[in-house]
Amino acid sequence: MTSHESLTYENSYPVEGGTFKNAGRVSAQVKARLKEMKLPGKIIRRAAIVTYEAEINICSYADHGRIILQVTPTHVTIEAIDEGQGIPDINLAMQAGYSTATKEIMQVGFGAGMGLSNIKHFSDSFCITSEVGKGTRLKMIILIDRDRYRV
Amino acid sequence: MKEILDAEVIVGHDQLGLEIKEAGCADLLSDVLFYCKAGCLLLTGLTNPQIIRTADVLDIAAVIVVRGKCPSPETIQLAEELQIPILTTKYILFESVGRLYAKGIVSCVKKVGEKRDFS
Repeated sequence: MTSHESLTYENSYPVEGGTFKNAGRVSAQVKARLKEMKLPGKIIRRAAIVTYEAEINICSYADHGRIILQVTPTHVTIEAIDEGQGIPDINLAMQAGYSTATKEIMQVGFGAGMGLSNIKHFSDSFCITSEVGKGTRLKMIILIDRDRYRV
Repeated sequence: MKEILDAEVIVGHDQLGLEIKEAGCADLLSDVLFYCKAGCLLLTGLTNPQIIRTADVLDIAAVIVVRGKCPSPETIQLAEELQIPILTTKYILFESVGRLYAKGIVSCVKKVGEKRDFS
């Protein structure tokens, strides 16, 4: 974010790791907030998808984490920060179809190795950093093109 | 839809008039997130609450659980809370999709790699 951009909204949402009990609840909250802010439908949809995939990753692989939503007049930024096992080889993890998922993760319909590539696909900018044994940080930016969407 | 698939309505008896033109089917939810569109129908063999969370994220109109499977009580509760209809059919996925296609329901995305508008 550049210094001249004013922050319209910011919130941090805790995510419980190691369980699917509440998986998707934060994404629903983020989506509802963006709807209240009357952002364009396609922006909300993309933000909801990347948030949901990131939340599922925290539920699947981390001890705990948080999702930070920031909205400016030009961007929606979503950061997913977790403390957990981390990713040893990010290039490998980014390959569509590469998975380290457990049977439990697969039973709920995830773990096919498509989450990170989906996040990249639906983001205008995507950055991932990770440290083994400490955790993973994802940052996704979705641009709000207000002229294009006539908001 | 209910008649085409000889389906049982589990949640959403009051939403049976919904008009649906497109559908997607998958047992991998990341695939659903990749190509399903708002307002479409989702056919799946999964029964856990994540099918409803996924449907909610994408504004999917309704979920059909195939192969005679029963959604879990948590799934039904969440669907009621989020007002997302769930139907079940005893037809397998291939047969269900074929029956819908024959009645004019088309796929959300025909081929991967086509230009997307993220709708």
